[in-house]
Amino acid sequence: MSTQGYGNPQSAVNNYSMSSAQNGGGAATVPCQNGPGQAYPAMYPPSSYYSSAPPAGYPTMTGHSAPPAGKIPVSGTDYSGNYYQNSSGPSLYPAAPGSQTAAHPYSTSNAPVPSLQQAAPYAMPAGYYGQPYSQPSHGQTHAQPQQMQPSLVPASSSNNLGAPLYPIVSYPSAPGSSQYGTLRSSQTGIGQPPVSTVMPPPPTQSSLQQYSQGKGATPTPAHPGYGAPPLSQTPTVNGQSNAVQQHYDQNLVNPMGHHYSGAPPTSTGPNTERTPSGTPGASVHSSPGHHQGLLYADRGVNNAVSSAAGDHSSSSSDHEEEDEEDEEAGGDSSSTTTGSASPVPNSYESLEGGGYQDLAAPPAGVPNKQAPPFGYNYPTMHPGYQQSPAPRPDSSPAHGGYNPSGYQPYSQPFPSLNELSSALGGLSGVPELEMETLRPLNLLQERNILPPKQASPPEPNLSSDLRKVNCSPDTFRCTLTNIPQTQALLNKARLPLGLLLHPFRDLTQLPVITSNTIVRCRSCRTYINPFVSFLDQRRWKCNLCYRVNDVPDEFMYNPVTRSYGEPHKRPEVQNSTVEFIASSDYMLRPPQPAVYLFVLDVSHNAVESGYLNVFCQSLLDNLDKLPGDTRTRIGFVTFDSTIHFYNLQEGLSQPQMLVVSDIEDVFIPTHDSLLVNLKESKELVKDLLNALPGMFSQTRETQSALGPALQAAYKLMCPTGGRVSVFQTQLPTLGAGLLQSREDPNLRSSTKTVQHLAPATDFYKKLALDCSGQQIGVDLFLLSSQYSDLASLACVSKYSAGSVFYYPSFHHIHNTAQRQKLQRDLQRYLSRKIGFEAVMRIRCTKGLSIHTFHGNFFVRSTDLLSLANVNPDSGFAVQMSIEESLADTSLACFQAALLYTSSKGKRRIRVHTLCLPVVSQLSEVFAGADIQAITCLLANMAIDRSVSSSLSDARDALVNAVVDCLSAYRANGSNIQPSGLIAPAALRLFPLYVLALLKQKALRTGTSTRLDERVFSMCEFKSQPLHQIMRMVHPDLYRIDNMTEQGALHLNDSVVPQPPLLQLTAEKLTREGAFLMDCGSVMYLWVGKCCNEMFIRDVMGFPNYASLPSSMTEIPELQTTYSERTRAFISWLLESRTFHPAFHVVKDDAPAKSSFFQHLVEDRTESAFSYYEFLLHVQQQMSK
Amino acid sequence: MFTFAAFCYMLSLVLCASLIFFAIWHITAFDELQADFKVPIDQGNPLHARERLRNIERICCLLRKQNWHSAVAKNCPVLPQLKLVLPEYSIHVLFCIMFLCAQEWLTVGLNIPLLFYNTWSRYFHSPTDTKELLYDPASVMNGDTLKFCQKEAWCKMSFFVLSFFYYLYCMIYTLVTS
Repeated sequence: MSTQGYGNPQSAVNNYSMSSAQNGGGAATVPCQNGPGQAYPAMYPPSSYYSSAPPAGYPTMTGHSAPPAGKIPVSGTDYSGNYYQNSSGPSLYPAAPGSQTAAHPYSTSNAPVPSLQQAAPYAMPAGYYGQPYSQPSHGQTHAQPQQMQPSLVPASSSNNLGAPLYPIVSYPSAPGSSQYGTLRSSQTGIGQPPVSTVMPPPPTQSSLQQYSQGKGATPTPAHPGYGAPPLSQTPTVNGQSNAVQQHYDQNLVNPMGHHYSGAPPTSTGPNTERTPSGTPGASVHSSPGHHQGLLYADRGVNNAVSSAAGDHSSSSSDHEEEDEEDEEAGGDSSSTTTGSASPVPNSYESLEGGGYQDLAAPPAGVPNKQAPPFGYNYPTMHPGYQQSPAPRPDSSPAHGGYNPSGYQPYSQPFPSLNELSSALGGLSGVPELEMETLRPLNLLQERNILPPKQASPPEPNLSSDLRKVNCSPDTFRCTLTNIPQTQALLNKARLPLGLLLHPFRDLTQLPVITSNTIVRCRSCRTYINPFVSFLDQRRWKCNLCYRVNDVPDEFMYNPVTRSYGEPHKRPEVQNSTVEFIASSDYMLRPPQPAVYLFVLDVSHNAVESGYLNVFCQSLLDNLDKLPGDTRTRIGFVTFDSTIHFYNLQEGLSQPQMLVVSDIEDVFIPTHDSLLVNLKESKELVKDLLNALPGMFSQTRETQSALGPALQAAYKLMCPTGGRVSVFQTQLPTLGAGLLQSREDPNLRSSTKTVQHLAPATDFYKKLALDCSGQQIGVDLFLLSSQYSDLASLACVSKYSAGSVFYYPSFHHIHNTAQRQKLQRDLQRYLSRKIGFEAVMRIRCTKGLSIHTFHGNFFVRSTDLLSLANVNPDSGFAVQMSIEESLADTSLACFQAALLYTSSKGKRRIRVHTLCLPVVSQLSEVFAGADIQAITCLLANMAIDRSVSSSLSDARDALVNAVVDCLSAYRANGSNIQPSGLIAPAALRLFPLYVLALLKQKALRTGTSTRLDERVFSMCEFKSQPLHQIMRMVHPDLYRIDNMTEQGALHLNDSVVPQPPLLQLTAEKLTREGAFLMDCGSVMYLWVGKCCNEMFIRDVMGFPNYASLPSSMTEIPELQTTYSERTRAFISWLLESRTFHPAFHVVKDDAPAKSSFFQHLVEDRTESAFSYYEFLLHVQQQMSK
Repeated sequence: MFTFAAFCYMLSLVLCASLIFFAIWHITAFDELQADFKVPIDQGNPLHARERLRNIERICCLLRKQNWHSAVAKNCPVLPQLKLVLPEYSIHVLFCIMFLCAQEWLTVGLNIPLLFYNTWSRYFHSPTDTKELLYDPASVMNGDTLKFCQKEAWCKMSFFVLSFFYYLYCMIYTLVTS
């Protein structure tokens, strides 16, 4: 048997890759049916793929899979190849060694279970698995597949499977179970019986939950490696359908309960005693014990622990939504102090024993065997493999085929991915992507290079364990998902190395940890994270500086499971994104209250535009939603040629206006009553807001003393810090910081240099630095139709970590689209989360260093950003260089820690950790390139360049970036035909994106662009998160007049059609259609002249094309299916967005259509290349 | 005999010592900028932020040729009006003029590259409209800027040290030969 199985590892591989590509969920099962998986060889892609993969990883593998090691070498290359193609590779390995004998018999014996399952494919595997159970002797080897199977099932959506299976197998479908199941079974055949009796009911439920939800939890539950079945099956009672919880809670009869009670058989004294106490809210984690055994066995591989990662969700009680209320909750649930009273088990063995509740007697032999190889291999191992060894030994006869099943869960962590994958019918395309990324493409011939759906970021080539716990790409992304070993290699690739961060993003799930001691590395101060290694129970090794640290006593207690001796299962070690409630050590002064100051322009120009009405109304509506607590303070300052303060002291009958006309030396008329407690003076504030728009309606003052007003605001806020929101409608003309118009309208479309991109004066920058020093953030709303020198004004936000909003030609009546946008933006702006007096530090593995930051902040130290305010909508970019060779490490880690004061006055630390493999081959560097991240980073660099040097320099640099990179690729790949423009698939969009960048407002030349709009576009590039930037650079174009249900997503009760992405070229437009273009901050619906009447009638609500008004800004809510479908699609596009885009309906013949057509970046314009011309240009440059 | 050239060399010896002092000061200033106190808890502290900001501004304002904004200058606790760059440049210009007058062509030739570099980098290569970006507190902490500044300071110091010995040698040589 074994020989057979072994003989065709390749075929097994084939199966896998094929299946994953073809049919996501279902695919997994296919291999099972075939056993060895010979069925698909024909379909398998050319073996040449494999050749590219360095076989490096393999030898280590053999170490793990001890028994059949001898055979391995033969297939070595194949395996490594597999590894590269699909990250699941590692899981494959386990299958081979030893376990195969077992496997075969089972594969044939499918009979028993099939009837249970709906889906035919599944039936087989089920039967397959079922068997092993009956035969305890096989326990070790078989356990794995069994577990995997369950996990498979939920994914494939046939949940009913679970129930029938259950009784027999005792391992329900819950992924969690699979994790532990194997382990245990491999160690002992025992323990299952008791469990199985306990759990029968839960399985279905849990499986369901897992499937449906998949949310937020990066970690995926199913670990092929650890399948401690009984443990994990919990009836997840508490509404949280966290896959994780299910795993852990399994044993519990009572869901809320303490799992110990559930696991009577083995639990040793101490554990049992501890069990009961607990806040109901706290989710119970699985018994740590299992992990322990594994963990320690692994030694260096502590990440294996990450299997527990599922935790993420499990610390449910600790999780907080972005909503801050939960702080307290978080506090109780996880405080480590609670457990301190109970005794700490003093010996390792005893701990272990305790942990393995189900194992009456853990057979020492097995774990021990495993241990040495792991520990030994760890350092040298190939990055991708590193963690995988752990699961491997356990995972038994999974021939290729099984891996996918084990895999599936991993691909589900992100809801969006999940949905996508269902739509694609694939495994979120990950393995396929990996395989594909290096395929050379001739861009000149390849017309359709856009992915059909929005591309998901490339997955780092890590073992599944690591990948599961890795930071979400929405938060933390690196331009190269394979970090080159040396600077020389990086230079060879000619790609920028950098990070894109969105650190304060709104999260739906976030483990919040309260603990007296926050565990950090003693030398580099890194926070403990999932990628550290536990050398033994009392020591951990920092993954950034490699220092060995002690584990503090407090850390030995796991608040989630309320048990001792399992530091690796703490939420900090299970989640790459966590938030700590900082102790008083982290503050010298008491945390500041939330303080908001609004500085409003009330000159004639401002009153004319009517923004005051909109602002006052929005603020009135959102007054209660302003983040803050009882200490929240608020104040108002208005200015024209003088500065007006408002006394809102409680007890006054109406607000009192104080005018300061000495703008040369601004003073604050009264100190205590201008910033007032919102709660106490709410009525006065409302009065003021109601009165404000009318107060200045007759003003004839046209001057604007913005500078002095800002100085006043600074003085007012000095003692506390907080947020200043400035509304300005014209060029400041009085006092300090006055500006002259620098724009020459005749040069707007100049193809040569664009001047005045840099500030005209340092006044605003200096003010911003002062503000930053006093923890004051300044947000600028510029609503002006005239040139207002945004280049100078924006500095005030840029260096104080504020944000800039720009509404060109705002008018509350004449420009409804802008008014609506302001309203929506204000709605979000006023109610969004805010962090005060923040600092962000980015640490990276020794050898890497950060050299430039992009975004809005003040750089206080080489790795420390000072953020007076931090908001959830701002992104940051970081450029890095490799100072020392990373040859002695296989993983590079990055940690961003954001320390801030919440609006509730709590000091908190949000920590994100990203882990990426280090590679030594140029081809791997190319394979791991994340083109979207690269584009964003390049955009940031180009903008810096255009300010510090010139715009044309910046543009040249962008083109050179493409040329250099493609030349480097060509030079690297010797066997590529010289003709054509060859790019690796991973970089196929590079020229397109760069061309799109060149056509952005920020960087374009030759097209008439107002200076302010250009500068604003630059500001956006610097401060927006990646997704927003990408939509700006390369908008998504869909045809929406003929959307069908085909491939539609079914969310809740609505059907969301999924029209394919179209290329941005007029070729794709037809007069008969209606097209939706999503540019991030604005959306266009272009309606063709001959557009289908039904669409216009049912969706737009007008009888025919001619009657469509030229400026529509929304789609009416009609009751037709057509309309519902369209609106469902649009709201689906918007759902993850924090700022609502402006919506324009553009008729084919309207003058506004040029704003739509300018986004068709693949087309030729008067002054810019078409895409094809650009490619030729690049090719020409390359041949020079 | 005590010629004008010998006098020039003697004077330049003294001045060179002061230039070395300036360069050392630069180096320490950048070091201080780079090595922020590694006390992590302090880092997160708003008070520290203020101190740190002042420090950076102070150092930048000392290094730059133009006045830092008056408001900030008021906050500078130490030597608010001392600008190190201008004296450094003027001393160096003085050298060149002296040697030019003394017709020490070789020495002039050695100094001209630095003279050129100084004028070019400070006076013609300012990217902002305001011509005062070089030591910009807002960007000086970017790793590469800082590194460049440090490197520049080290190069200058070594140049001055070398020229110090060169002047010494030349002085003795002129004294002996004439």
